[in-house]
Amino acid sequence: MSAVIEDIRLQPAMVVDDVVKRFGRGDELVTAVDHVSFNVQQGEFVSVIGPSGCGKSTLFNIIGGLLGDYEGSVMIGDERISAPHPAVGMVFQEESTFPWRNVIENVAFPLELQGVPKSERMDRAHHFIDMVGLASFEKNFPSQLSGGMRQRVSIARTLVSQPKILLMDEPFAALDEQTRLLLGDKITQIQQELNQTTLLITHNLTEAVQLSDRIVVMTYRPGKVKRIVDIKLPRPRTSDVVGSDAFGHYVAEIWNDLREEATRGMADSESAAARRGSHG
Amino acid sequence: MAKSASQSSSQPSFFFRYGPEITGLLALVGATLVFELLVRIGVVNRFVIPPPSDVILAFERVVVEEDILGRTGATAFEMIIAAVASVVVGVPIGAALHRSALWRRAMEDWVGAMAAAPIVLAFPLFLVLFGRSPKTIIVMAFFHGLAPIILKTIEGLSGTRKVLINVGRSLNMTSSQLFWKILFPSALPVIFTGIRLSWTFVLITVVGVEYLINLGGLGQLINELAERYDLPGTYAAIFFVILVSVFFFILLERVELWLRPAR
Ligand SMILES: Nc1ncnc2c1ncn2[C@@H]1O[C@H](COP(=O)(O)OP(=O)(O)O)[C@@H](O)[C@H]1O
Ligand SMILES: [Mg+2]
Repeated sequence: MSAVIEDIRLQPAMVVDDVVKRFGRGDELVTAVDHVSFNVQQGEFVSVIGPSGCGKSTLFNIIGGLLGDYEGSVMIGDERISAPHPAVGMVFQEESTFPWRNVIENVAFPLELQGVPKSERMDRAHHFIDMVGLASFEKNFPSQLSGGMRQRVSIARTLVSQPKILLMDEPFAALDEQTRLLLGDKITQIQQELNQTTLLITHNLTEAVQLSDRIVVMTYRPGKVKRIVDIKLPRPRTSDVVGSDAFGHYVAEIWNDLREEATRGMADSESAAARRGSHG
Repeated sequence: MAKSASQSSSQPSFFFRYGPEITGLLALVGATLVFELLVRIGVVNRFVIPPPSDVILAFERVVVEEDILGRTGATAFEMIIAAVASVVVGVPIGAALHRSALWRRAMEDWVGAMAAAPIVLAFPLFLVLFGRSPKTIIVMAFFHGLAPIILKTIEGLSGTRKVLINVGRSLNMTSSQLFWKILFPSALPVIFTGIRLSWTFVLITVVGVEYLINLGGLGQLINELAERYDLPGTYAAIFFVILVSVFFFILLERVELWLRPAR
C-alpha cells in the first residue's frame, strides 16, 4: 500500500484487503470475518491459523469464490473475487473424492470438463497421482483407500488443473498425527517442486509451522488478524524440523498468541453446551 | 497336518467356493421334502397344498397343454414395457421435482400416496379407458411402478453431499454438468433402490391384473387352473412367475454392476 513504484515480479499472487463477512441479521448477527487483511506472494506458503469457529472456513469460501457476497476485497491480479476463479484450486476439509470414479478418473475430472483429449488427460492425471505417491492405486476406488490416501487424491485432482494458487481448508484435520506429518512432507515437497503458491487454512499449530513461510494468526470471534509471523526455518524442509529448537520457539511463540483465543473459544462452546443442557 | 492345511487354503474346495449357493439349494430341497412328508402323513391338507412331487409332475402337463412358455413370454413382455417405462418416465419427473422446491413440496405427498395406493383395485377404471387388452395391464403396472422411482430419485439427488457440489462449483461447472457429472451419479445407488421397489410393484401388478381381468399370460393361467381345482398345476404356474421375477432382478443387478462398478 505504501510503495508507489512496484516491481511487477514482486506483485503478490493474492491480496486480501479489509474483508468482512457477517451472517444473519438483528440479534442473530454473527461477524465471522472481521476486517482481515494479508497477502500471499508468488511461490509463498502461507497458513491461516485460529481456533474452531473463528471464521477460517468462511474466509476459505470467500477466497474460493463460493461466498460472493462480502465486504472488502480479495484480489488476484486486478480481479476482485466474487465467483470461483480458475487461478484458485480448492481442497476441502470434508472428504470430497467422487466415490463412483476410480483414482485416475477422479484426478482427471477437471481436465475432462475442459475437454482435454482422453490420452492427454490420463497422462497428466498420472503425473500428479505419481506426485502424491498413489501411482499403484490408479484403478482403485475411494472406498478401497484410507482417509489420508483419499485426501491425497483430492489434492492431486486440484493440482491437475495447475492453479496459480492452491487453497486448502484443514485438509488433514481428519487424519492421525503420523499420517499428518508424512502428508506434510509430501505437501512441502510438491510445493517446492512446483514452486506452488499455497494458502493453507488450519487449526493445527505444528502443521502450520512445519509447512509455512508465513502464518496469519486469527482471533476467536470476531475473526480478526492477531499477528502475522514469518517462519524463517530453512528450506528445503522435511518433517525433521519438528525436532529443532527453532521449531519449538515458533510453536511456543504462536501458542502464546493462540492460547487466549482458544480459551475464549472453549469457554464459548462450553457455555453454549450449558445453555443447550438447561433447555433440554 | 500343516501340509494339508496349506493345500486346502491355496486351492479352496468346491464347497468353500459355492457355499452359499449349495446351502440355499439344500435348504430348498429340505423344505420340499418336509412339505412332502407333512402332506403324506396328513398334517397338511393336500387340497390346500399339493405334495411337491405332484407339482413337479404337473410341469410337463402345464408346459405341453397350457402353452406356459408362450404365456411366460406374454407376461414378461408386459413387465418389461411397464418396468422400463416407469424408469424412463420416473427419473426425469423426479429430477424435475428436485429442481423446483415449490413443485417438490406440492407433489411429494401425492406421489407418496400414489406409491401406497392399491392401484390394482382401480382396474375397472383402466378397463374402461384402455379396453380388455394388454395395454390396460401395462398402463396399470407402469403407474404402480412410477411413484417409488420418482420418490427415490428426489431423495437421491437431494442427498448429494454438499462438498461434492462445492467441488463442482469451484470448477465453474455449468448446472447441466453439475447434474450429469455429480448429482446424478451420486444419486444412482438410491435411484436403484427405487427401481428395485418399482419393479416389485410392476411384477405384482402385471400378474395380479392378468388374474383379475382373466387376460393373457401367467396370471390368467393361475386363475384358470385354480378354477379347475388343478392345484399342482396352479403351483407349477406360480413357480414360473417366480422364475420370471428372478430373471428380472438378475438383469437389474447386472445393469447396476455395469453402471456402478465401485459398490
Ligand atoms: N452459512 C452460515 N450462516 C450462519 N452462520 C455461519 C455460516 N457459516 C459460518 N457461520 C458462523 O461463522 C462462524 C465462523 O465459522 P467458520 O468459518 O466455519 O469457522 P472455522 O472454519 O474457523 O471453524 C461460526 O460462528 C459459524 O457459526
Ligand atoms: Mg472450518
